[in-house]
Amino acid sequence: MTGPLRIGFIPLVDAAALIVAVDNGFTAAEGLDVSLVREVSWSNVRDKLNIGLFDAAHLLAPVAIASSLGLGHVKVPIVAPFNLGLNGNAITVSPALHTAIMGEIEGDRFDPMATALALARVVAKRRCSGAEPLTFGMTFPFSTHNYQLRFWMAAGGVDPDEDVRLVVLPPPYMVDSLASGHVDAFCVGAPWNSVAVDLGVGHILHFVTDILVSAAEKVLAVRQDWSQKYPDVVAALVRAHVRAAEFIEQPQNRAEVARILSAPERIGVDAEVIQRTLDGRLKISPDGGLRESGRYLLVGREGAARPDPAQAAWLYAQMVRWGQTVMKQDALRTAMGVFRPDLYDAAVGHQGKAAGASAAIGAFAGPAFDPDDIAGHLAAFRIGHWKP
Amino acid sequence: MSAESSPKIVIVDESPIRAAILEEGLREAGFTGVVHISEMQSLLARIYALDPDIILIDLENPSRDVLEQMFQVSRAVRRPIAMFVDQSDAASIQASVDAGVSAYIVDGLKKERIKPILDLCVSRFNAFAKLQDELDRTKSALEERKVIDRAKGILMKLKGLTEDEAYVLMRSTAMREKKKIGEIAQSILTASELLK
Repeated sequence: MTGPLRIGFIPLVDAAALIVAVDNGFTAAEGLDVSLVREVSWSNVRDKLNIGLFDAAHLLAPVAIASSLGLGHVKVPIVAPFNLGLNGNAITVSPALHTAIMGEIEGDRFDPMATALALARVVAKRRCSGAEPLTFGMTFPFSTHNYQLRFWMAAGGVDPDEDVRLVVLPPPYMVDSLASGHVDAFCVGAPWNSVAVDLGVGHILHFVTDILVSAAEKVLAVRQDWSQKYPDVVAALVRAHVRAAEFIEQPQNRAEVARILSAPERIGVDAEVIQRTLDGRLKISPDGGLRESGRYLLVGREGAARPDPAQAAWLYAQMVRWGQTVMKQDALRTAMGVFRPDLYDAAVGHQGKAAGASAAIGAFAGPAFDPDDIAGHLAAFRIGHWKP
Repeated sequence: MSAESSPKIVIVDESPIRAAILEEGLREAGFTGVVHISEMQSLLARIYALDPDIILIDLENPSRDVLEQMFQVSRAVRRPIAMFVDQSDAASIQASVDAGVSAYIVDGLKKERIKPILDLCVSRFNAFAKLQDELDRTKSALEERKVIDRAKGILMKLKGLTEDEAYVLMRSTAMREKKKIGEIAQSILTASELLK
């Protein structure tokens, strides 16, 4: 066994399994002594994990992959033995952009193809009138938020690199930036979409589940060499997280979970706002309109906690599509190898089942995802900046 | 060092005092081209306009993630690299993380030119942290002093004690209960609020 563990996290609701595992005593029950360290940026989390100041971390799934491939930064192989959640993000737009999109929409307002086509018309009109391009905020270059925004708008014919601006914003700055007009929209995790709606500065246009049925979001990340050195600790951590995820998914525990997460040294936002995310029942417009989804954030149910390499392959395909890297078979294998269902299975003591690649993603546009033919899959999309 | 060969350095820091301490140190060491950015809105646009050789940012600043966007290939600017890319010097990475500062350096700048800047950064950040720590301690000592004085006043009034007697009573209670005298004083204030 190792000594006390330091685990870094960013204050977001999708760190729930980690926070509850520690604060509700599931890690202690596994004999682990864990201190959670709240961080302010993904760069810090990544660097502190990479250089060994953290033993494990709540990490954006694409950052774990980029780090393992050495993209944009130093190469440190990372493995994810536990998936902290599926989905949980939303796209929020300013009241002005919301009005503009609703003015152009043909069809259902929750249909992402209808909104993406409407956005394309808004973008075209702005160009004609000489207005500045729209600006969209997201959390990190290697983030699900970046890829989800791009996937959605490109399906409607908007080129995310040519027709609009995409800028990185730290999640706690998102709401202010929307209010001040610095950005016109953003894609971020909970609780920031709800905070924007409550303050009357934003409308939730889409839950990410509108765009992708199941999308890996954050993972519990450890260095590969560390996982090989301390397999028992990894297994104990996974078990504690499995128990935490089961606890979170019990509807009668939701209020308690929201209370734990709302602590100032954890997420530091009202428990009521956090519970909306856990319940998948969100206020989507400042006038009080509600929307429910049974799949808003999946922490443990439907096998969400077991890492699925098909999800890693989809994220790698997005990196290729948007020119962050070039398609290489060995890099794809490395990316898929970051998600470790075998470590998960070893920890819980039984063999799990993979969801199957197309079921795992379920995108609203394009052909079903095929990890065995990423080049062919990407060729089906008109907009992209992949290199041969 | 002539102005011509002095690299252009940008300090991204919301703390004006720490930035001033660092800036002064850099100038003393002969680095004349130093610009401080404290406003985080449009951070990238400002950095692109300044086109620095080195960017220094404190690790407590969430805008570090904004800087990561510079690594994206589509922008027609010189590509910086992060200090952490060079892992050969683990000790200096550790020192900079402990001090709470990170550097982004434009590719091509020689290592021996960067090292003194980083060392200076680390020592100035540590000096600032020490100063801050002292300030915090002085502040809390002052606060405690005020609480003890108020508690003394309450005891004097309620129990008809002299100032010295009131202090001795608090101190002996603190020793008996294995608590700090400040905590006992705070309990007296809380109790007297409740019993008002």
